[in-house]
Amino acid sequence: MSAPPAAQTSRAPGAAFILKKALISAFVALVLFSLMIGVRTEAGPQGQLIYWTRFGDLAAMVAAVFGGSIIVELLRQWWGPVGTVRIVPPSVQTTLAVARRGIAPVLLVFTFLVPVLFYDERYILDLAILVLTYVMLGWGLNVVVGLAGLLDLGYVAFYAVGAYSYALLATNFGLSFWICLPLAGILAAFWGVLLGFPVLRLRGDYLAIVTLAFGEIIRLVLINWQTLTGGPNGVTGIPRPTLFGIPLTPADDGLAALLGIEFSPTHRIVFLFYIILALALLTNWVTIRLRRLPLGRAWEALREDEVACRALGINTTTTKLTAFATGAMFGGIAGAFFATRQGFISPESFTFHESALVLAIVVLGGMGSQLGVALAALAMIGGFELFRGLDQYRMLVFGMAMVLLMIWRPRGLIGHRAPTVFLKSNQAISSDLVKEGHG
Amino acid sequence: MDYFAQQLINGLVLGSIYGLIAIGYTMVYGIVGMINFAHGDIFMIGGFIALITFLILVSFGLTAIPLILLVVLLVSMAITALYGWTVERIAYRPLRHSFRLAPMLSAIGMSFVLTNYSQVAQGARVKPVPPIITGGYTLHEGAGGFVVQLSNIQIIVVITTVVLLALFTWLVSSTRLGRDMRACEQDQTMASLLGVDVDRTISMTFVIGAALAAVAGMMYLLYYGLVDFFMGFVAGIKAFTAAVLGGIGSLPGAMLGGLLIGLIETLWSAYFSVEYKDVAAFSILIVVLIFLPTGLLGRPEVEKV
Repeated sequence: MSAPPAAQTSRAPGAAFILKKALISAFVALVLFSLMIGVRTEAGPQGQLIYWTRFGDLAAMVAAVFGGSIIVELLRQWWGPVGTVRIVPPSVQTTLAVARRGIAPVLLVFTFLVPVLFYDERYILDLAILVLTYVMLGWGLNVVVGLAGLLDLGYVAFYAVGAYSYALLATNFGLSFWICLPLAGILAAFWGVLLGFPVLRLRGDYLAIVTLAFGEIIRLVLINWQTLTGGPNGVTGIPRPTLFGIPLTPADDGLAALLGIEFSPTHRIVFLFYIILALALLTNWVTIRLRRLPLGRAWEALREDEVACRALGINTTTTKLTAFATGAMFGGIAGAFFATRQGFISPESFTFHESALVLAIVVLGGMGSQLGVALAALAMIGGFELFRGLDQYRMLVFGMAMVLLMIWRPRGLIGHRAPTVFLKSNQAISSDLVKEGHG
Repeated sequence: MDYFAQQLINGLVLGSIYGLIAIGYTMVYGIVGMINFAHGDIFMIGGFIALITFLILVSFGLTAIPLILLVVLLVSMAITALYGWTVERIAYRPLRHSFRLAPMLSAIGMSFVLTNYSQVAQGARVKPVPPIITGGYTLHEGAGGFVVQLSNIQIIVVITTVVLLALFTWLVSSTRLGRDMRACEQDQTMASLLGVDVDRTISMTFVIGAALAAVAGMMYLLYYGLVDFFMGFVAGIKAFTAAVLGGIGSLPGAMLGGLLIGLIETLWSAYFSVEYKDVAAFSILIVVLIFLPTGLLGRPEVEKV
């Protein structure tokens, strides 16, 4: 990685330049933080506002910006100008290609073995279930955003519809999880079509804002329609899934008693783990199959060029609607799973933040790459969990990571895609060549 | 009738605040073609800075209200403008020529950063301020004892908005910077070939948008008497709704859209239900976009093959 010494001296920074830049950054930081960090306001005992100063924190922040700016500048000089092509030796390239081909099966086998390897570690199992839920959501949204190129900022609405469908059907009518699962998917797909109809004429950012508004409408209705949804208190006592009608409880008719083994709450966690794994793999399989059907090819054609699509006789209306409905269906199924896993849902779980998180997973995953989405979900949710201790700063770090990742890899972690159809050999295409669609 | 007149006044005041925020969205969208998701949070930051400046001035013993207001206005505009500049510099400029989704996600990330930054820096609790400007006029006393009031603060909000709008229209239509902005909006490559500093113009757009958002934040603080770290999100979406409603990229459209959204929200709360006022605003957005996809004053987008 290191350049020859001669080249290094030729683009030697000039300490004065770096210092000047760092000083300017520090000054800007001083102005930005002067009031927000230098002064802390709080409502006093009588309700009136009081304030006190925190010049120590302010000085520390400004110093951090000063130091950080110098480090960033040095790193930039060392790394060279943006856009430099780094030639990788062919031997390394082939090894990388082999590793890339191998990573998906290895990951799959590892995922299957997670409950075996980490049987005693409840925390890791819970985290794995969470990651898989987001993998499924990411794959579902990938159909809409990655394949059809429709920008959907309200995906959480379908997640919420699925979760509330199952919760309300189960608590009011006593329907079982396995009956409600397809119902939740169908209901969510129905809402997808309902949203799809009006927005078909919209393009790009208009579509983004309408889907965002739709997500907010669903959430506000869930909060305010108290007689049906319980309002902000949510729905409690959502039943757990059963294995062919056998509950996983310590009761006499429970699975543990029937098998004659000692009951452990971990059984249910492992069961849930395999349910979400199966659902996620189903999503993946359906997506891969659909991509090879005329419908899936129409989605990708729509993303690349809508005008050409119409000229070739593809019905863009039904193509967009099916993309919306398919994505929404997977979101709804994931929502039903979320409801049964939590046992309790409230509108707070379905904020815009979730939509943004899933969209970030899809874009980071390289928009359309199935493996990329899985890796991005692992990185985002896993990274998010790493900061659980820093509760207050977690979202701050998450936002910064989102900005930095976009600057570092705007095309996502996996910068290439496998083509859906090919003539002679299956060659990866750079995702720079793939259009993102205009909605 | 009196009740309606009162709601009309309230709606116009709320609409002015939305309109000021919407201008920032519409300007940035016109020039860079991206939704600046962090703009709502810039508005929130403006409110916070106005609050802190106000507290400091009062604790120094200043009592002349007009002087306080002027200083608060200038300080919050200046610092918030710097926030706008910094956000553009850090999160958007490196992605200028990237694909369309990248700056949008970067903007969403920036919005999270700003929201949680002010939560960490200033705490999560709502910050109330005592009413700074009191008094008003009674316009009409109805038969049923209902009084149509026009408070001084409402007058100040509307007058400030009108003055700023006039200033801003003049800036866009008759200054060098305004010409550069319009040039960049039409064709960035051509503008740069003709000697327009595109980077600087875009930076200035963010600075002006943030300054207007700061004014909106200050007006919000004066009018409602509180700020909290989460107020930027909903206000931001509604202001963007206003910008889309008026036709995104059009400055009079943003103001018109802001007024309409303010009126719809107030009238809906007054006559139907307070709980569903946001639902009403968003539903109107969807309905308008179905029938008028380019908004009220927007130009239709020409699709080129």
